[in-house]
Amino acid sequence: MNWVIKGVTLAGCGKTDIAISDDRIAGIGSDLDARNVIEADGLVALPGLVDLHTHLREPGREDAETVETGTAAAALGGFTAVHAMANTEPVADTAGVVEQVWRLGQAAGHADVQPVGAVTVGLHGQQLAELGAMADSAAKVRVFSDDGKCVSDPLLMRRALEYVKAFDGVIAQHAQDPRLTEGAQLNEGDMSGRLGLAGWPAVAEEGIVARDCLLAAHVGSALHICHVSTAGSVEIIRWAKSKGWPVTAEVTPHHLLLTDELAVGYDPMFKVNPPLRTAADVAALRQALADGTIDAVATDHAPHPVEAKQAEWAEAAWGMTGLETALRVIQLAMVDTGLLDWAGVADRMSVRPARIGRLDGHGIPITVNGPANITLYDPAAPAETVSPAGASKSRNTPFAGMELPGRVIATFLRGTPTVLDGKLAR
Amino acid sequence: MKHLISAGDLSRDEALLILDTAEELASIADRPIKKLPTLRGRTVVNLFYEDSTRTRISFEAAAKRLSADVINFSAKGSSVAKGESLKDTALTLEAMGADAVVIRHGASGAPHRLVGWVRGSVVNAGDGTHEHPTQALLDAFTIRRRLHADRALEGIRVTIAGDIVHSRVARSNVLLLSTLGAEVTLVAPPTLFPLAVGSWPCAVSYDLDAELPKSDVVMMLRVQQERMTAAYFPSVREYSRRYGLDAARMARLPEHAIVMHPGPMNRGVEIAAEVADSPRSTIVEQVANGVTVRMAVLYLLLGGAGETGEMR
Amino acid sequence: MCAATGPTAGQVARHGLEVLNADEIRRALTRIAHEILERTHGGERAVLLGIQTRGVPLARRLAARIAEFEGAAIGCGELDVTMHRDDLRLRPARALGRTELPAQGIDCKTVVLVDDVLYSGRTVRAALDALTDLGRPRAVQLAVLVDRGHRELPIRADYVGKNLPTSQRETVRVLLTEVDGRDSVLIGEAR
Repeated sequence: MNWVIKGVTLAGCGKTDIAISDDRIAGIGSDLDARNVIEADGLVALPGLVDLHTHLREPGREDAETVETGTAAAALGGFTAVHAMANTEPVADTAGVVEQVWRLGQAAGHADVQPVGAVTVGLHGQQLAELGAMADSAAKVRVFSDDGKCVSDPLLMRRALEYVKAFDGVIAQHAQDPRLTEGAQLNEGDMSGRLGLAGWPAVAEEGIVARDCLLAAHVGSALHICHVSTAGSVEIIRWAKSKGWPVTAEVTPHHLLLTDELAVGYDPMFKVNPPLRTAADVAALRQALADGTIDAVATDHAPHPVEAKQAEWAEAAWGMTGLETALRVIQLAMVDTGLLDWAGVADRMSVRPARIGRLDGHGIPITVNGPANITLYDPAAPAETVSPAGASKSRNTPFAGMELPGRVIATFLRGTPTVLDGKLAR
Repeated sequence: MKHLISAGDLSRDEALLILDTAEELASIADRPIKKLPTLRGRTVVNLFYEDSTRTRISFEAAAKRLSADVINFSAKGSSVAKGESLKDTALTLEAMGADAVVIRHGASGAPHRLVGWVRGSVVNAGDGTHEHPTQALLDAFTIRRRLHADRALEGIRVTIAGDIVHSRVARSNVLLLSTLGAEVTLVAPPTLFPLAVGSWPCAVSYDLDAELPKSDVVMMLRVQQERMTAAYFPSVREYSRRYGLDAARMARLPEHAIVMHPGPMNRGVEIAAEVADSPRSTIVEQVANGVTVRMAVLYLLLGGAGETGEMR
Repeated sequence: MCAATGPTAGQVARHGLEVLNADEIRRALTRIAHEILERTHGGERAVLLGIQTRGVPLARRLAARIAEFEGAAIGCGELDVTMHRDDLRLRPARALGRTELPAQGIDCKTVVLVDDVLYSGRTVRAALDALTDLGRPRAVQLAVLVDRGHRELPIRADYVGKNLPTSQRETVRVLLTEVDGRDSVLIGEAR
């Protein structure tokens, strides 16, 4: 036995010990022993978290993040696997680029990196990328997304959905009608009118969500909706699922906590795609995550260099970091409000994301002989003000200066600790 | 008052203080020596990212009449055109010791960013489609003078017509006029209203003809030709026919009513030439009042101690 | 039987000691009006200019008396000197008062500035600067109700209602019916 975690709370088992041997969970019970001991009284054990939506920026934008720094941030956030989105430079639309990203992840060793392949060449929305080649590559791509941009051509979206059936792939759509959001800056509503910022209507997301649910049903293929942000989208997804259609959905931590009112000082730290919406949307998203209409929490971790977030709003870059704060935000928004228990957190942040991503070896509930991918979290850690500095190269977190509860104490990736006592193990 | 960024930030008392101060400064234009020593030794920087000779000259004249030094920084052909960020430009101005920065910028919220980077006062001369507070102040001043209104504008009925959704002048005027007690009605085709205009402190109408007989003031806003290609209205001709202030519509105004326009005008589109040139029109005096009102603003921001009471 | 006692120091501090009552003020203004008439050859080509705030009602009262004695009106105006003060930067920007020159203007006239209290002389200096921007008087004279000494500039009054030696720790307050509801000049401790 290499490790034993003593007295940890495991959903469904109460307080127990977990013993790890090599890359497996060797035992779950009481009075277990091993060479290395972690006293875990008061901590919660979750299966290693899986992020369906991360931007690692490498290749091309290493000034903002690299696979090394991004996965380090992921591990500190309790993640054992992240899906790296394809909008790099060059775009991950070939076997060559996805394999490069996959190898960088292996070399860094903080978390498994599962590359996401682009749906269209160069993300231009014109021509399908070589989805088959990417699926067959060493990276074994199963999730395809033009995230950053919408696959807006309905015919192309249909073809993509059909094509990936051959290898059990899933198309993850960034739902944003380009014509309705030309020049848009902020959710269209009271705030955008008051601040003189071009509005981004909810219907620009909902229209695409509805269309793609119908397409997925029509061709019988798997659709995943990225970063759902509106109450209307929730309604449509609920309806599609009630019909038994193959639709899954994710929501970001920031869309579960923040609203467009934060834009009042024009601080671009709050500029994100899709935009922050209203309190009513936040409430609907929380309810949907609680009842499973939304399957997963996905961070959409989007690092940017300092100057990109210090400009005037219209010039600033879109996006927020999120790997290191995700679990704490979920505790604040979902667990402490009584909407989700820790078993539910395990399901939405590990089990279902791994299933949607078709990711082997992750998202498996903690059981004997299962892979030792474990996250230890202290929900009772005193609330701490979030500092922008962290393992990520970038500082654009919207939670800077906010108090968040909880703390990730340790993360195990196949039996090897990547994080111990809240710090990187290597 | 340290900055003037939004007309919505002004309380009724602050707004009236500016207008009353402008009233006392108005006579300076008739004196042989059009100068006061009050801002001697202060430096006012005009930071104009958008082409606007008229507004820039107005601020320049206002500052110079108060004996301030003026530095003009316009975006074209400067380091800004070569890609210098707003932040770096601000830090340069700060190093030059600007007591006030008057900024006009194409991005809503640019003055807010500036406040964090300079120690002096920031005056918003127009930011994107957000606000243009000194325009609203000079408009209120003009209304007060022309209609011999009491100190505030209680009960004065103002109709503002034009491209509301893209107009910073409209936003600032709605906020300031309602603070001063006026009743504001906005008129435009439905496509030119922001979605949430219902929550603004004003009435909304699609029918200009219905509003004219009950207006003491009609303010016409410029409508850009480019809006046509984005499908805001089918053609300039249709817009002009339904929402343009021509001589026939002007005749339907009450006897005492005045016609205003912030300029520049599209003669023949939102306003007919004969209306712009009629005695009801305040367009020319708005320009003169602009200098006076901007003098009042600069004096109140820079003429005394800073907000903390320390010597500046 | 108790002798009448004067106010205590505390009473002086709180309420101020009256050094000129309404009658004394009236007499002083009458005398100043006569003096102005004497020194300006009957007020010909002379105008009064009251310095805001309390100089203005004083100037008007003088103008009324002069008109009464001579049977002819004398030009009277108001001057706000805020923009020319040298102590602007010590306090937040103040509201401006009204400046309105008499109808006949000030060019080639003898301008008699009128103020309530002459102290450091800085207000009068500001008034002289303001006058330079407004025109070119032939001569400028100064009439004050109270001269309390402690000049910081080489300025003197031509007409004085009362010389009032004070210490710099004291304050002098002039109350006028038009502004304060009654006529009185009070000395108190500075707070």
